[in-house]
Amino acid sequence: MSLHVDAGHPTRAPMPPSRRHVRPRPGRSFLTWLDLKAAPYLLVSPYYLLFLVFGLFPLAFTLYYSFFDYDLTGTVEWTGLGNFTALLDDADFWKAVVNTLAMFVIATVPQILLALLLANALNKRMKAQLFVRLGVLLPLVTSVVAVAVVFTQLYGRDYGMVNWVLSWFGIDPVSWKTERLPSWLAIATMIDWRWTGYNAIIFLAGMQTIPKDLYEAASIDGASRRRQFWQITVPMLRPTMIFVVLNSTIGGLTLFSEPTTFYNGNVHGGTNSQFQTVSMFIFEQGFREFDYGYASAAAWLLFLLILIGSAINFLLIRRIGGNK
Amino acid sequence: MTTLSAPATPRRRRAKAPGGAAGLWTATPMTRLVLAVTIIISAFPLYYMIVIASRTNTEATDMPPPFLPGGKLGENVQRVLSNPDAHYLTGLTNSLIIAATVTVSVVLISTFAGFAFARLQFKGGKILLLLVLLTMMVPLQQMGQVPLYRLMVSLEWVGSIKAVILPFLLNGFGVFLMTQYTEQAVPNELVEAARVDGASTLRIWWNVILPAVRPGMGVLGINTFMLNWNEFMWPLIVLNPDNPTVQVAINSLNAKYGTDYVLIFSGTLLSILPLIVVFILFGRQIIGGLMEGAVKA
Repeated sequence: MSLHVDAGHPTRAPMPPSRRHVRPRPGRSFLTWLDLKAAPYLLVSPYYLLFLVFGLFPLAFTLYYSFFDYDLTGTVEWTGLGNFTALLDDADFWKAVVNTLAMFVIATVPQILLALLLANALNKRMKAQLFVRLGVLLPLVTSVVAVAVVFTQLYGRDYGMVNWVLSWFGIDPVSWKTERLPSWLAIATMIDWRWTGYNAIIFLAGMQTIPKDLYEAASIDGASRRRQFWQITVPMLRPTMIFVVLNSTIGGLTLFSEPTTFYNGNVHGGTNSQFQTVSMFIFEQGFREFDYGYASAAAWLLFLLILIGSAINFLLIRRIGGNK
Repeated sequence: MTTLSAPATPRRRRAKAPGGAAGLWTATPMTRLVLAVTIIISAFPLYYMIVIASRTNTEATDMPPPFLPGGKLGENVQRVLSNPDAHYLTGLTNSLIIAATVTVSVVLISTFAGFAFARLQFKGGKILLLLVLLTMMVPLQQMGQVPLYRLMVSLEWVGSIKAVILPFLLNGFGVFLMTQYTEQAVPNELVEAARVDGASTLRIWWNVILPAVRPGMGVLGINTFMLNWNEFMWPLIVLNPDNPTVQVAINSLNAKYGTDYVLIFSGTLLSILPLIVVFILFGRQIIGGLMEGAVKA
């Protein structure tokens, strides 16, 4: 409150004239310093304090732990890169990697295509626009665990609705939980049900920034609507597409809640780990086997996987959007 | 919006070519069909949740499955609330406390930082902001769980909701969003003018920034609440089954009473009620925030 005299000048230029007004009272100049120079740092400091404690510290220690061997008796031993080499030889880890990648691809590819088509439909003029958009976004209000609970029942072998519908077409009951590919499909549909509408809304936002005269010019040239969609809409959506795909990559490769709930809350991912993801593998190693070092090393490999996956997808989208 | 669509009809008539530019924006029967099917698929699992939650277990495993709600909802909800293994009410209360505390704190922290990054010049500001963006790419949940768990063990916080609240206060997305929002909502001249008038930094935040960025805070708040309500993995690690969050409580039901569908479904239905309330009250803002954020990102 006592700052009103000399806090008047703009931040960047400490003008000599106003300086002169400042009496060499140490309290006053300290307050000015506090207000102009220190305030920005004070304002951002809560975030960085949290970041130090809950971001940087755990990251650094995950790296540190990954060099040690922990066992159930409490002995801790330095192993160097032992955990990493053991992981690369661990069939269970590779199985989790394959499961994660497979579910990611099975879920993401149709999801992006469906979201694009849905966004295109949402982009038309219509009545009750807000209602329609909310309807599309409805899955987002269910918690992941809730989605998984409902779908797990729908995919039940004996009393599930999916097998009942399939039986109309003469298809024998599928054992969704115990077989590998069916379990991937079941989990992929959970992901898609929840996220397709969300991504469609994001695409819609991107579509609305595309100048309409592009379409007018194209239709004068006689380009069909389908052609306009693939040759104008999709390439122009490239920035949005990168956002959506990178988001899905991080989300898909760290998948945990759906497959865990699918196996009644067990992180083993089915009797033969047929749908255990890398996230579940890390959880199991860390908090079921209490092998902290092994879990930490696996976490770093997951991070590497995400970086590689993001880079590949980024380049892929750039190429798809690029060939106009 | 509806007023806009009225003059569209005559224009459609005039457009002759099927690929005409005006025709591109009118909804065809196909569009309507796609949207209708999507909405039905979106709503069905939620509807089915109500159907099963209001039935008995014998009916739930009928073939063909039931399609209409029954009359047992109250009874089933009673069973959930009184179940000795789930501690459902504790879970519900804990989830509310956690989500509310995290939401208020994240919104405040992000609004502070967003103001500094968007409208104050300071050394290292750019680098600090870049650091926020970089950390958003790191899956901290997976990367940090072991050390964080051991930290909680040594603090003797395991089993307490403090252990869930504190790590979730770290939210890079919030800082990023509020920086973007402040940049767009508060012109630099406004801040300079307030300075000339002799306002202190804190005063500018309170009188200039806060009123302008309130919509952005709302969007961030809704997002944060929903995100934290849904959080599953970390609470599962750090909380005990007798003091759970609502998701962990459902997980306990799911693990112990796997075939008692009506019990699990009733618990699930109860757990999404707060989200549905948020959705009904703030649906417009959720969509607006999503779409704005998407274009800027």
